[in-house]
Amino acid sequence: MGGEFDWSVIWKYREALWDGLATSFKLFGIALSGGIFFGTLLAMARLSSLKVLSYPAAGFVNLIRSIPFIMAIFWFYFLTPMIVGKFTGQQGEAVGPFTSAIVAFIMVESAYYSEIIRAGIQSIPRGQPWAAYALGMNYWQSMGHVVLPQAFRNMLPVMLTQAVILFQDTSLVYVVGLKDFLGAASKGGQITGRIVELYIFVAVVFFLICFLASWGVKKLNARLAVAR
Amino acid sequence: MTDPQSPMIDLRAVSKWYGAFQVLTDCTTRVKKGEVVVVCGPSGSGKSTLIKTVNGLEPFQKGEIIVNGVSVGDAKTDLPKLRSHIGMVFQNFELFPHMSITDNLTIGQVKVLGRSKDEATQRGLKLLDRVGLIAQKDKYPGQLSGGQQQRVAIARALSMDPIAMLFDEPTSALDPEMINEVLDVMVDLAKEGMTMMVVTHEMGFARKVAHRVIFMDRGAIVEDCTKDEFFGTARSERAQQFLSKILHH
Ligand SMILES: Nc1ncnc2c1ncn2[C@@H]1O[C@H](COP(=O)(O)OP(=O)(O)O)[C@@H](O)[C@H]1O
Ligand SMILES: [Mg+2]
Repeated sequence: MGGEFDWSVIWKYREALWDGLATSFKLFGIALSGGIFFGTLLAMARLSSLKVLSYPAAGFVNLIRSIPFIMAIFWFYFLTPMIVGKFTGQQGEAVGPFTSAIVAFIMVESAYYSEIIRAGIQSIPRGQPWAAYALGMNYWQSMGHVVLPQAFRNMLPVMLTQAVILFQDTSLVYVVGLKDFLGAASKGGQITGRIVELYIFVAVVFFLICFLASWGVKKLNARLAVAR
Repeated sequence: MTDPQSPMIDLRAVSKWYGAFQVLTDCTTRVKKGEVVVVCGPSGSGKSTLIKTVNGLEPFQKGEIIVNGVSVGDAKTDLPKLRSHIGMVFQNFELFPHMSITDNLTIGQVKVLGRSKDEATQRGLKLLDRVGLIAQKDKYPGQLSGGQQQRVAIARALSMDPIAMLFDEPTSALDPEMINEVLDVMVDLAKEGMTMMVVTHEMGFARKVAHRVIFMDRGAIVEDCTKDEFFGTARSERAQQFLSKILHH
């Protein structure tokens, strides 16, 4: 290596990089929607007066939050094929790194999102569900039409901040050999020996995406503060 | 389903505890169809708790509550269905802040009663007009004054065609100049023959339309008499003190 940067390598690997970025976004999108969906159910279970719901939910959330993310990903990579294998009778081949990464991401994100959503639900005055019940709504209607829409609105800035963190965390899937954006750059770097250029490029793209998203969250925060 | 003589709301020796603390002690009273009953008493005496047991928003541990022939405490009772025809108005209005006034008025009708959007809107707007707020139909609760919000809340309860209405201090969160606009709506309702149970300290309202007055103290009903008896010779010492305090306010 002559110490000179050769940026053309990025152009040469554009297709692989683009595919990697698409994988990252796909992972992000699925993990985000799954995390919010199951996180909402977990939060509702945790706030339930039924101990058979609240105790397991609390246990799950605390367990997941106490293990490093990267360990969870690693774990599910080995664990999910075994579990799936048990049910389907096939071994190993049944799930690839993408599926196991998705499982890990949804589990971890649902634990984090459940804490955010729980705080959001608790921020709504008790009179709101009371008013919903007084109209004859059942639990699900009261949650769906009255409590959750307000809870989500109150928690939107925190939820978006968590989404930015989630996007950064998608790069952790390189540990199971999944070709996300970082993985694609890494592979290209090994072949061409131009790993520095590719890593700088990845860092800049990540920085731009996260910077823009954070800026958007800040703007939104300011607007919500005025609206309130 | 019930004969006209049987009470609309029938509380029989209702007791309730928060842990070791007894909030309600042997509360017994009946509200007949078309009757207006005012509930008063010092702060913390259990008025809100009592009125919330009537539609099952607060569970109770002892006694029995029969509303329109249905036992509220019975585990088999379809509480949402029962509540859908008992209107309730809260101290803090509790309009849904993320919905327009029109949506506040239609959501219960559509989601609970299964009315069509058109039908619900028509009914809701008619009631909004009745409380004098038709011009506000597209606004959000936060854009209205307290008095206006409470009138919308009454219209929302009425949109479900209730057979009885419960009010928990509907004017005590309002600025003084807004109290009458809300009381006027309630007086009209009473005059139309609505069955009403009203927690309030507005003795002017009680004098005008109440049939009976209940006085509560420390979780127990200590006075339950006709309006004339109550304002004439309210018997208990506590009730006398309480009355003189709020009347000279
Ligand atoms: N969720 C609760 N847990 C424990 N105590 C409560 C709760 N809600 C009300 N109380 C207590 O019950 C008593 C009656 O309250 P409430 O019915 O609100 O009285 P009122 O409406 O007459 O002011 C008060 O002493 C209050 O502190
Ligand atoms: Mg009260």
